[in-house]
Amino acid sequence: MTRETLVNLVILAALIGTALVAQALGEGFVVTLATKAAIFALAGVGLNLALGFGGMVSLGHAAFFGIGGYVCAILASHAASGQPVAVLPFTIAGTNEMPAIWPVAMAVSGLAAGLIGALSLRTTGVYFIMVTLAFAQMIYYFAVSWPRYGGDDGLSFYVRNSFPGLNTFDPIQYFAICATLLVLALGVCALILRARFGLALEGARQNPARAQALGIRPYGLRLTAFVLSGMIVGLAGALYADLNRFVSPAMLSWHMSGEIMVFVILGGVGRLCGPVAGAAIYILLEHLLGGVSDYWQVLLGLLLLGIVLFAPGGLVGLIAPRRRHV
Amino acid sequence: MLLAEQALNGLQYGMMLFLMAAGLTLVFGVMGLINLAHGALYMVGAFACAAVAGATGSFWLGLGASLAAAAAAGALVELAVIRRLYARDHLDQVLATFALILVFSEGTRWLFGAFPLYLTLPPALSGAVTLPGGLQYPLFRLVIIGLGGAVALGLFWLIGRTRLGIRIRAGEADREMIGALGVDIARLYTIVFALGAGLAGLAGALVGTIQSVQVGMGEPVLILAFVVIVIGGIGSIKGALVGALMVGMTDTLGKALLPGLLARVTDAASANAVGSALASMLIYILMAAVLIVRPQGLFGVRAG
Repeated sequence: MTRETLVNLVILAALIGTALVAQALGEGFVVTLATKAAIFALAGVGLNLALGFGGMVSLGHAAFFGIGGYVCAILASHAASGQPVAVLPFTIAGTNEMPAIWPVAMAVSGLAAGLIGALSLRTTGVYFIMVTLAFAQMIYYFAVSWPRYGGDDGLSFYVRNSFPGLNTFDPIQYFAICATLLVLALGVCALILRARFGLALEGARQNPARAQALGIRPYGLRLTAFVLSGMIVGLAGALYADLNRFVSPAMLSWHMSGEIMVFVILGGVGRLCGPVAGAAIYILLEHLLGGVSDYWQVLLGLLLLGIVLFAPGGLVGLIAPRRRHV
Repeated sequence: MLLAEQALNGLQYGMMLFLMAAGLTLVFGVMGLINLAHGALYMVGAFACAAVAGATGSFWLGLGASLAAAAAAGALVELAVIRRLYARDHLDQVLATFALILVFSEGTRWLFGAFPLYLTLPPALSGAVTLPGGLQYPLFRLVIIGLGGAVALGLFWLIGRTRLGIRIRAGEADREMIGALGVDIARLYTIVFALGAGLAGLAGALVGTIQSVQVGMGEPVLILAFVVIVIGGIGSIKGALVGALMVGMTDTLGKALLPGLLARVTDAASANAVGSALASMLIYILMAAVLIVRPQGLFGVRAG
């Protein structure tokens, strides 16, 4: 077992342990905080696939987070009102079953990621950052100015969606759902990265010219990773919508993209469990510093600056430095 | 008549975007740095203008203060943070400048409060003028158009005709070489960054006068400036000008005309909804179209 694997296990155990202890002490609020951390971590894991392992600095992942959230809210609100979402070409009814909502959320955000990725990946470097940001902003403005589902005010639904056999209103049971999905996503990522696809992706990130000389086309690889990444982030968005029973264009805003990126960087780019640590620290900081001052984001900003300038490997990089083999 | 007025609005909007995009594109082109905090400097300019104009009662002093404060803030940020980022990858740059936004935004909220401030125009600039053809148009918006044009000409002169401009262009082409030729490259970078910051601050003060001065006002403009640069091509002032005018016109005319055009084919309510939603996406569709045809932008030389 490498040191990084050990750190990964400790991080996950800490998150799940916090929720369990809080539950035992009757601190429902802390369980909800842990749930939020698990959902943000899932979003971070998704972005990490594109950013850390694929080398695609996307500043537009809020688009997929928000799309996942809106899919969840739209299906739930239609289930509540009894009206179908669409009648042509075939009837799509609303639903309040999570196992039905998740695949739809992932499919729609995956589709969006496919379209945005296919265009954005024609560019590289600074252009890629700006183009992903701009496309996310396009979807943001669409959500703001489209009155059908609340526009600027957002869309709330009053009952959390259900999961067969579980009571999703119980904070610890909802945490269990989110944490299970997080662990599953981590497992899928670990498998992907060990497979030929992951190795090729890594190779294309480190040296595109050499990868191409070996007969690997980076474009297709990157697009696949981008779509997978968008799907995971979309799932996180659906879970987040259910946590709050509310979605608004804020989920699509570029501040959200920045925050998801912060989760990844705080923990450590390209580290499997980096985003989990990053999201947990972010939530902890928000809670602790938010209690100290209303202007806690100044402190967060300074902390971030410090990490970027002096500890570029993030938290996991500090604890388990990676041997340099360049 | 409506069309002419909207075209002028689009021109004014485009000029304002140009002031933002010019600084960004210079910093991209010369230093290879992506600066998300450019919108924060825009905000600094607007607040400096509002504070100085409020304290002294002179709008002109405020306008001067916006330039000076934003340029000073830019120079300070460059010396303290940005110059450590030139050698880093874009991810670090994005993150560090995102952190700067948090610091600037919350710091400003702390200093000035969350309520928007309003600027009053001096009598010489307020009111409307009658243009040939009988169109009444606010004088101040014409002043912005003129000012934007003057800045554009000034920049073309600066980049094309002066020693500083030669150095900036040389820095874009090969930074090691001009360092070896005895140009103080660190100082050159600080100057370019402060120049871009000053222009952003000026844009912030001008727009703050039309709309309001508030925390977070810079970010929507920043993203539009990115779109402008993607369309125009990184590092090209000419590209920034053309891109800014295209984006300004497309956005303004789209928002003004699309709902009306759609109303001819469907009923008014849904035409209004679809029209405004579509109009808000129009510039991004324009950007996507440019990307498909020319991924390096209209005036860009290379991608990446």
